Amino acid sequence: MGKYKMHILICSGAGCRASASELIQNKFELVLKAKGLENEVQVVTTACFGFCEKGPIVKILPDNTFYIEVKPEDAEEIIEEHIIKGRQVSRLLYAATINKEVVSNAQNSGLHKKQIRVALRNCGFIDPENIEEYIARDGYSALGKCFEMLPQTVVDVIKESGLRGRGGGGFPTGLKWEIASKYKADQKYVVCNADEGDPGAFMDRSILEGDPHSVLEAMAICAYSIGADQGIIYVRAEYPLAIERLKVAINQARQYGLLGNDILGSGFNFDVEMRYGAGAFVCGEETALIYSMEGLRGEPTIKPPFPTESGYKGKPTNVNNVETFANIPVIINKGAKWFSSIGTEKSKGTKVFALAGNINNVGLIEVPMGTTLREVIYEIGGGIKDGKKFKAVQTGGPSGGCLTEKHLDTPIDFDNLLAAGSMMGSGGMIVMDEDDCMVSMAKFYIEFSVEESCGKCTPCRIGNKRLYEILDKITKGEGTLNDLDLLRNLSGVIKDTSLCGLGQTSPNPVLSTLDNFYDEYIAHIVDHKCPAGRFKALLQYAINPELCVGCTLCAKNCPVNCISGERKKAHVIDFEKCIKCGACMDACKFNAISIQ
Amino acid sequence: MEQMIKLTIDNKDIEVVQGTTILEAAKIIGVDIPTLCYMHLEDLDIEHNPGGCRICVVEVEGRKNLASSCNTKCVAGMNIKTHSMRVLNARKTVMELILSDHPADCLVCAKSGNCDLQTMANNLGVREIHYKGEQSTYRVDYSPSIIRDMDKCIMCRRCETMCNVVQTVGALSAINRGFETVVSPAFEMNLEKSPCTYCGQCVAVCPTGALTEKDHTNHLIGDLADPNKTVIVQTAPAVRAALGEEFGMVPGILVTGKMVAALRNLGFDRVFDTDFAADLTIMEEGTELLQRLDAFLKGDKKVKLPILTSCCPAWVNFFEHHFPDMKDIPSTARSPQQIFGSIAKTYLANKMGIKREDMTVVSVMPCLAKKYECQRDEFKVDGDPDVNYSITTRELANLIKQANMDFVTLPDEDFDNPLGESTGAGVIFGITGGVIEAAIRTAYEIYTGKTLEKVDFVSFRGMEGVRSAKVDFNGLELNIGIAHGLGNARKLLEEIRDGKSQYHAIEIMACPGGCIGGGGQPLHHGDASIIAKRAAALYREDAGKAIRKSHENPYIIKLYEEFLGKPCGELSHKLLHTHYFDRKDVIE
Amino acid sequence: MAKIKLGKDKLDKLIEICKSFNNESSELINVLHQTQKNFGYIPAEVQEVIARELNVSVAHVYGVVTFYSFFTMVPKGEFPISVCMGTACYVRGSDKVLEEFIKQLKVPVGQLTEDGKFSISCLRCVGACGLAPVVTIGERTYGRVAVGDVADILKEYQG
Repeated sequence: MGKYKMHILICSGAGCRASASELIQNKFELVLKAKGLENEVQVVTTACFGFCEKGPIVKILPDNTFYIEVKPEDAEEIIEEHIIKGRQVSRLLYAATINKEVVSNAQNSGLHKKQIRVALRNCGFIDPENIEEYIARDGYSALGKCFEMLPQTVVDVIKESGLRGRGGGGFPTGLKWEIASKYKADQKYVVCNADEGDPGAFMDRSILEGDPHSVLEAMAICAYSIGADQGIIYVRAEYPLAIERLKVAINQARQYGLLGNDILGSGFNFDVEMRYGAGAFVCGEETALIYSMEGLRGEPTIKPPFPTESGYKGKPTNVNNVETFANIPVIINKGAKWFSSIGTEKSKGTKVFALAGNINNVGLIEVPMGTTLREVIYEIGGGIKDGKKFKAVQTGGPSGGCLTEKHLDTPIDFDNLLAAGSMMGSGGMIVMDEDDCMVSMAKFYIEFSVEESCGKCTPCRIGNKRLYEILDKITKGEGTLNDLDLLRNLSGVIKDTSLCGLGQTSPNPVLSTLDNFYDEYIAHIVDHKCPAGRFKALLQYAINPELCVGCTLCAKNCPVNCISGERKKAHVIDFEKCIKCGACMDACKFNAISIQ
Repeated sequence: MEQMIKLTIDNKDIEVVQGTTILEAAKIIGVDIPTLCYMHLEDLDIEHNPGGCRICVVEVEGRKNLASSCNTKCVAGMNIKTHSMRVLNARKTVMELILSDHPADCLVCAKSGNCDLQTMANNLGVREIHYKGEQSTYRVDYSPSIIRDMDKCIMCRRCETMCNVVQTVGALSAINRGFETVVSPAFEMNLEKSPCTYCGQCVAVCPTGALTEKDHTNHLIGDLADPNKTVIVQTAPAVRAALGEEFGMVPGILVTGKMVAALRNLGFDRVFDTDFAADLTIMEEGTELLQRLDAFLKGDKKVKLPILTSCCPAWVNFFEHHFPDMKDIPSTARSPQQIFGSIAKTYLANKMGIKREDMTVVSVMPCLAKKYECQRDEFKVDGDPDVNYSITTRELANLIKQANMDFVTLPDEDFDNPLGESTGAGVIFGITGGVIEAAIRTAYEIYTGKTLEKVDFVSFRGMEGVRSAKVDFNGLELNIGIAHGLGNARKLLEEIRDGKSQYHAIEIMACPGGCIGGGGQPLHHGDASIIAKRAAALYREDAGKAIRKSHENPYIIKLYEEFLGKPCGELSHKLLHTHYFDRKDVIE
Repeated sequence: MAKIKLGKDKLDKLIEICKSFNNESSELINVLHQTQKNFGYIPAEVQEVIARELNVSVAHVYGVVTFYSFFTMVPKGEFPISVCMGTACYVRGSDKVLEEFIKQLKVPVGQLTEDGKFSISCLRCVGACGLAPVVTIGERTYGRVAVGDVADILKEYQG
């Protein structure tokens, strides 16, 4: 990091940007200038540190101090105290929620325990808009190394590493490259799938924002090994910052001769262009993605033919997602053996998860495959928010399922998650507590699938709609036990007959909640109650006769006159007439009315 | 060499060529896997297998989900079950889902009894719809030719393929997403506001009642019952080659005599033949060809070649919408339907001593675009159309059924005269290549002054989308182009626009196969071999005719003598020719 | 032959956009992005021009516009409100926040208020899950929005 003595790293991931990290950056720069320090201390914007819950985050290098919830007005104090006097500003340090131990070193915070950063190795450590910093951390050396290898040897290294696709399916990456390399064509393409669409997932965005060059380098390596000379990044239009950083990175790489013709004097040509998604989840499916790149509706087609045989413009096309690519340069540099030493037997390396929901430390984490859910939720995630009870964790987004208490000690890898009725997916991990209704969660995900279905095949187009309608009926207390049979049969048929991966996995949230939270379905249907108290239609207001003094205030406030009782005697609510407006409860001065 | 692979279907071992789909392989061993969205019109080289409906799913051992047989290729060693319990349950559930978003008004639906969806639901034994919920509702779109009732659409998207891939018209597209997905013109406008040509190929392949023709039989029955009206009818050549199919007769049987008898039974005052008008069209179009050719050869720079035929109204709509810059290239001769109407309401009305407004002219056509054509303003005199109603082959079959006739046993009857006599040249108008063949038979004799000994131009015939042939006109070699299907027509038009066309004359028919494959014909339900059988029937009728050249038709000769004067003369121009419009939207 | 009125400035701009993508039909989605950036939305007349310039059918353009939720045919409000409905926001109550916006502004999702000031839309995950539930208004992002905050937030814009 060259001439500067110290660096102030300011997170500019979307989360922190939303909390005014730009203003903070300006303020730091102003204060430094005022104090004549601008040539000694550099302010750098970096990508997500993974600790979004406590953003905006500011990190001071070289001592790696980690400040949370920084406001622009804190700049003065941080510079005065920390930079000039070398004293930490203790009120801005992160106090771990559980033991109140104050953590100042980023490496020691609970969030960073148990983590190994492979895909995220540079995120938060370099200025993503400066190629020099990427190069300083071994950037583009893997590409150079590849040029000394035969393309097939590169494929072999990736195969040997055991890397599997991080976008959802977990297909062995090396094998995919090998297939693409075998097809003969005048033109081949390397596509980076950056259409991250799972609600609650932001792994890819963080990598693109924090370390765009690792993706470009990996694409070039892939192109070299399969014999392509054109790369395309398909990125969500909803990620303007990622798009901006990619553009900067592509331009810089071209200037440095790392993209373009005759890269590093190897005679190998490769360049990258960008395409933008437009708000269609299904375009994460690779055949749909290719149609979308061709300017068409993103409707999947059956495979085979796989894109590796016939993809973009009918040419062999290798599609990998962002996180998969981000692993590639490290594998080349450190070797397949090193990579495959991390993880479980069939799932090698690490996985990035976006930890969200009702958990203390929301953020981005990267753990070795095989880490248990308990370690992720309690040790890294700091446990459930507000001391509530853990209920479930949803993995794999709308295609995944809900895992429960009994799965907490399951080591996370592709196969274990599948066996437990969920899936790895792209890495969204959403934690739910006792107040979350699992029927409504299933409904939420099915609603997502209904909205995002491309409409091409019957089971996904109409089947998911019907699933939604049945679930809606159940959450309103109008369900029957027969509906549960219908849900099961229909879910099975949708899985069995849908055209693409989106449809084939869309009923997973229904099936996994039916398996793990059958009681909640029964409570909605038989008892007409939502155990989590989520639905108005299923709420019941009741008067506790022991607390009621018969003041009649509730009856006077009831808009439909459904409360009766004599003065000074306990009153009663007629459930049939009650419209669940809650006016009685607000009126009662004796806390005698509660929701059941 | 083709590589063979072995697999097992329903416990039967089979060997197929690599690349064969499961559906095709099953067919070889007599297993008919049900399909709904799939369509393969082999003879016409049209394939549509999006794999969207999921009715054709089968179980492949070792695979985690079911495979759609229409677009999954056989792999060596596959073990396939086409009717396991898992498959049957899936198929039935998928069908229930389709029906759960489909109106249950089969009893009064125009497609009842002729509906692929209805047949399939019945075959699958669906007796209850377990999944109920919201149904799609759309406004019904009435155009002059086609009715779109998208509540009945099952998203097979065959229409989209016909409209965009085959016809390259681009009136329709899938719009929206998920449950709201439907096939529609842009901005959910009416078809009338779109570049639709009314070729009716969407209707011809629709498996449900979502796309049907506008029915004119009720108006017609009213006029037939009106004692003050003289109702005459003309029947297009392609109708007689297909009408029998509606009554269970095998495809390819000509029912000309029975059709005439049935029309007379229905109460038409005169039963005429559009073939007569086809002969008259040849006189006009052939003459125009020779005039343009002559001027062109003499170096007249204002004259353009090739000349394009103009008897197909969907084709006329196509170039008015898509190639308005070339609207002076097609012949100005009206279509046989309109030529007939024009002559009927002038020459014939005069001969019969009745007033124009007391005559109703009905046409029976294999076509939906004719419904639109006959109500064009330029074919009306003081608001009175030359042809009052155009009904399809299917509508005629319906009328015959309503009139309690046992069509199959009807005795043959002959057309009335004078507008009922035709030559073999008029008959083959119904097939791709037929119009140009008929025109050459006449043009050759007029140009060379010699008798054409061999009237069968085999090189013009066939089902290939674009064909070309050379004809020797006494040392002058004429290059003839033929295209059927508007996508093929587009290719030839673009050649002309780019100045690369080698042709002197081109025949274009909008429908694949020509009129015999028209949008108003009995439904082929995916079996395109029917179209070739209809073609063979018309060629048979041509071969059996005593007169096979239009200019030798005695009634045509008489018509020119008594009324028109000469081909392309002043009266001809007024009554038998037309002009075209630029229908492309202008954006300012 | 129908006439479609658009105005020369707009027409020229559209032709320029299409040209910058070499009038290639495979660039349709890029053209639509660029168009929406310039015009704020993609009305029917604009789609007609794009179709003509890229030599595809209008039905096709409309089919693509209606497939992708990012594209809109109705203008957005001066202050477009987007409520994140990603899972993280949902489990932290963004559905209730959305309801409150609808209640206060008296317009359904996807429509403009009478004064043209506000429009409400839902979006899927802006990736700021740490701030859930998240609402964006124009360029500004509001984190940890509670139902009770809605009125105050709107006040900032109602002036």
